[in-house]
Amino acid sequence: MAILEFEKPLYEIEEKIKELKKISETSGMDVSKQVETFEKQALEYKKELYAKLTPAQRIQIARHCDRPTFLDYIKLITTDFVELHGDREGTDDRAIIGGIAKIGNQSVVIIGTQKGKSTKENLTYNFGMPQPQGYRKALRLFYHANKFNLPIVTLIDTPGAYPGMKAEETAQGTAIAVNLREMAKLGVPIIAVITGEGCSGGALGLAVADKVFMLEHSYYTVISPEGCASILFRDATKADVAAEALKITSEDLLKLEIIDGIVKEPLGGAHNDYELIGKNLQETILSAIDELKKETPSNLKEGRYNKFRRMGVFCQ
Amino acid sequence: MTVKDWFEKRKQMQIARRSKEAQIDDSIGKLWVKCYNCDSQLLKKDVEDNLEVCPKCGYHFRINARTRIHQLFDEGSFQELFGNITTADPIEFTDTESYKKRIAQAKAKTNMNEAVVAGIGKIDGNEVATAVMDFEFMGGSMGSVVGEKVTLAMEEALKRKIPMIAITASGGARMQESILSLMQMAKTSCAVAKLNEAGLLYITVLTEPTFGGVTASFATLGDIIIAEQDARIGFAGRRVIEQTIRQSLPADFQTANYLMKYGQIDMISSRADLKSTLAKLINLHKK
Repeated sequence: MAILEFEKPLYEIEEKIKELKKISETSGMDVSKQVETFEKQALEYKKELYAKLTPAQRIQIARHCDRPTFLDYIKLITTDFVELHGDREGTDDRAIIGGIAKIGNQSVVIIGTQKGKSTKENLTYNFGMPQPQGYRKALRLFYHANKFNLPIVTLIDTPGAYPGMKAEETAQGTAIAVNLREMAKLGVPIIAVITGEGCSGGALGLAVADKVFMLEHSYYTVISPEGCASILFRDATKADVAAEALKITSEDLLKLEIIDGIVKEPLGGAHNDYELIGKNLQETILSAIDELKKETPSNLKEGRYNKFRRMGVFCQ
Repeated sequence: MTVKDWFEKRKQMQIARRSKEAQIDDSIGKLWVKCYNCDSQLLKKDVEDNLEVCPKCGYHFRINARTRIHQLFDEGSFQELFGNITTADPIEFTDTESYKKRIAQAKAKTNMNEAVVAGIGKIDGNEVATAVMDFEFMGGSMGSVVGEKVTLAMEEALKRKIPMIAITASGGARMQESILSLMQMAKTSCAVAKLNEAGLLYITVLTEPTFGGVTASFATLGDIIIAEQDARIGFAGRRVIEQTIRQSLPADFQTANYLMKYGQIDMISSRADLKSTLAKLINLHKK
């Protein structure tokens, strides 16, 4: 597993403990008491380390190459997944994947941005950066859910919508805008979860939902800290400062009343325990669906409108 | 007169002469403008009389919200609404300067209190609700105030059952309000959904420049989308795209003509025709 820079001291302690165990095995010396103490200390240190992460360090966890992707979550939280391909207009964007599946006993339409774990995979999925055609595929699946009265679940992990020539020619802005508007018209429950990176309009294009959650170490922002640093701070190396200033962590967004809840991650981040993050995510989604299923379609729409209508801070 | 006095007198004369020169320069600046497109030196008054369009080459200069309103609405018909809504600093943002200071500077520079003017007005006698953006105020960026006033204008259209016209000029979302700015995209787009469901006509006029979060929300959701001549419109900025794809882009990339070629807008209008085009469209949709 890839070790992040700030995790190195912890990693070294853990390695030392392993060595000590090995020595005791080969030499027959009983050091179990010492090992136990060291392990306790290491765990304390670990808890302390991850409780005090800076926004920039949490971004590193959100971007960790071993972090579960959308397709991992499909395996972890759903059964009977059937992928539905294509925008019906000539393209099957691989950065957005969608289909129908069961979460518990509930059939849902589930859509998410897909990142790769290797360079080859990332080329296939375009680093999780959708083209307009991806948003149009998502829209087609939203309509499908609405027609068959299925709740919609979106899992979002994207550095943003792709900034390319073809994307502009085929109306990236319009594709996102149409999704924002059309999601407001749907009469089924919509649950969105930011699982890793939630950057800008590219993330929002799947997130006009009744309930919006964030994984503990994910981040959600109007612009990447790197982009903000180079535009506002006029210095691309100031990304850490920008990350702090932009207030992008799950706790910040909960405080700002933008999201409805935080999905707790395993100690050290989601990549440390796939089963556990899967379980936590599934529980969050299922209880949200249970709550929202009681609402009539018109109540859902009205509630969603009011939720976003309230957002914004100004003087009057 | 000592030598020292002579030098002093000479110095004072020089200073006096220089300030006089500066005054002349300044009045030239006030009287003349240079066209960005054809480089012609133009009398400012000629440009003003020509709706801020170059009389030589027809290039459309950027105009602020007040000028736009003056040009577009029947005389005396425009009534500003929601002008009391002003900027807060919700996340106490500071980059090289504090957001509060940037807002104060923008207010002083533009004599506006935010990047949009909302209200109702008449176009050839037809009452419409409107939101007119102003690029001079922090690049027309959309924060909480812009999102709120655009939404309120749409809700005013719903209340009065009249058409809504949004005139955009914006670099995108306002970074200083971070996630709250992003949410204005959702808020304004949800308000468009309400206009759609009420069957009210919504026309957007995209002017130079319209980008980012404004393009990816209410700007491109018009039942009819008009781009003003010489406007540049897009989602991502040209430089970002060039850095991403590592190739240079065509000269006409993201121009109104380019968008027309790719089917993204209904028409391009010159500034001179804009009012009559809007009036015609409103009349054609009357029940």
